[in-house]
Amino acid sequence: MSALPDTRSSSDFTQERFAAHLANRSDLPAWWLEAKKTAWNQYLALPLPVRTDERWRFSNLKGIDLAGFVLPGQPAPHTPHLPDFPRVAELTFSNRQITNRTPLPAELREQGVIFAPLDEALREHGDLVRRYFRKHPVALGSEKFVELNTAFCSTGALLYVPRGVEIALPFVVEHTLAGDHMATFPHTLVILEDQAKATLVEFFVSTETETAHFVSGVNDLHAAAGAYLTYVGVQHWSDATQAFQSNSIAAGRDARVFSLNLHLGGRQARHESHSRLLAPGAHSEMLALTVAHGTQEFDQRTLQTHAAPHTSSNLLYKNVLLDQARTIFSGLIVVEPDAQKTDAYQSNRNLMLSAAAEANSLPGLEIEANDVRCTHGATTARIDPDQQFYLEARGITPQHAHELLVFGFFEEILDKLTDDHLHAALTRFIQSKFKS
Amino acid sequence: MSQLEIKDLHVSIGEKAIVKGFSLTLNSGEVHAIMGPNGTGKSTLSKAIAGHPDYTVTGGDVLLDGRSILAMQPDERARAGLFLAFQYPSEIPGVTIANFLRAAVQARMAEGEELDATGYYKRLYSKMDLLKIDRKFTSRAVNDGFSGGEKKRCEILQMAMLEPKFALMDETDSGLDIDALRIVAEGVNAMRGGALGILMITHYQRLLDYIVPDHVHVMWDGRIVKSGDKSLALELEAKGYDWVKKELAKA
Repeated sequence: MSALPDTRSSSDFTQERFAAHLANRSDLPAWWLEAKKTAWNQYLALPLPVRTDERWRFSNLKGIDLAGFVLPGQPAPHTPHLPDFPRVAELTFSNRQITNRTPLPAELREQGVIFAPLDEALREHGDLVRRYFRKHPVALGSEKFVELNTAFCSTGALLYVPRGVEIALPFVVEHTLAGDHMATFPHTLVILEDQAKATLVEFFVSTETETAHFVSGVNDLHAAAGAYLTYVGVQHWSDATQAFQSNSIAAGRDARVFSLNLHLGGRQARHESHSRLLAPGAHSEMLALTVAHGTQEFDQRTLQTHAAPHTSSNLLYKNVLLDQARTIFSGLIVVEPDAQKTDAYQSNRNLMLSAAAEANSLPGLEIEANDVRCTHGATTARIDPDQQFYLEARGITPQHAHELLVFGFFEEILDKLTDDHLHAALTRFIQSKFKS
Repeated sequence: MSQLEIKDLHVSIGEKAIVKGFSLTLNSGEVHAIMGPNGTGKSTLSKAIAGHPDYTVTGGDVLLDGRSILAMQPDERARAGLFLAFQYPSEIPGVTIANFLRAAVQARMAEGEELDATGYYKRLYSKMDLLKIDRKFTSRAVNDGFSGGEKKRCEILQMAMLEPKFALMDETDSGLDIDALRIVAEGVNAMRGGALGILMITHYQRLLDYIVPDHVHVMWDGRIVKSGDKSLALELEAKGYDWVKKELAKA
């Protein structure tokens, strides 16, 4: 492989670099290479976000800058310490190379479960990927970066669980980045057939805290009839990272999708999540926890689309803000005309630990059916001084009392994880941000 | 043997003077009751001693074993051996009793010292049994959705676990039915007599039937106006606070 050019001024997102990326993938299905070309052209055609776009209200547009970012050539020399908890299998990507893969238990393989890196999935299960890849697009503002993801994605995973197969332990996918001005484009698909049950936990982590990274990640989460899909995303990029993540959730008849995204890292991190309740009985639980410190900006845009009657969704996004950090939450519930008996809830709760922090909240409803129950709300509060005093009066230091109250604020969400080991591991992971 | 000495204490909330020259010396093993009508400064006294930031000490001193605690932060005072049993304990959603108490116990240990988890739970469960608190409570959030009686039992549980030198019990009987009061009193009585000194603040004599004080003080307008033994509480019950008012007027 040729040496990368000196790229502090020019990035890898050029025609030449894209052509080279494609050339390296000539063994992949033709439809895939075509999709990449289309995406690349879309990426070029789409403008960068502009101030007049309501979907970017309050966002720091000046902070979006792709200049100088390159695709890493070598795996990271070391991997960050990630939470440990029992898992069924894992895939680890470091600087866009697969560096670790634990085998799928034979029993699951025999049942038809697939858990493979994206490129392998494209080679061996191309039709499956083709059927679900960006099947339900997310159009909440970051389309340009979603196209860039398709153009350059090579890492990520396919988890496919056939009808009726229930797997208790989580699958784990880890993406790590190391080195200055590195970029990555993970894309993970989770496909659960009827009555299947599985959990996927995905980590997005930088090995250093200061280096700048650029990331655009995409997920396609599909739960067919009666399936129960749990997705947990844990984002802890470096504090100099620009991160975009786009989550597409589709729930069929009586399916349940539980998604929890933990946002800790990034200079500016935008997360878009769109749930589609496609058939009666479908339910989507959308949860997020954010710890924003320094001058970090976390930008969360959500859409809950109720496309069928008797569907329900429950969104709870909680942010803790320190220092001069900023958060933006903009959420919309859409109830389509025939989606009677929809039960939808949306709540954004901000805990302000600093007077200089800024939480923006834009909840919204768009209801075209007449027999529905939809509620939304946003609250912004400080630590209750009476609670703080109560803990201190038991000898707990002000700092620790503060932490306990913040974790208490989060616990409402973490407590919904039914996997106790995962719950404990994530709690410790969040605590590490406070201690650092 | 420890001593809590409150010397000519003056406390204000904002500009308003509430405690006006309160003096009392409390020794280990003693139970003192402070009685008085509402608004006389009883709760203010206990919160000021615990270090609540809304209360300003404008004069006098509070000494624990000869050392002033007034410059200490609330958590330091607690670790030095003071415990305030709240009249209205805060609800702390998301923080389980087990974690909360473990944090409080750990705060009293030396840096680097590890908590013996097995020993901790053994002790916690035995105290819970004593206070007839269901063990399931350990995984419930502190006071979150508790009944009045549960909150007060939870206060006593914390007191039992933290083994303070001195407990300031602010209206522990309020909001308790007779069964809950009996359980709470049993818990307190099991702790008294040894190294613990108790300052029990109450409006009613009822509590004193269950936790019999060694000394009774009547507080009026921010200070002690009359002291005696448990018979003073009974006299007060019979004659009412107006009796004290008249006595004061005569003097």
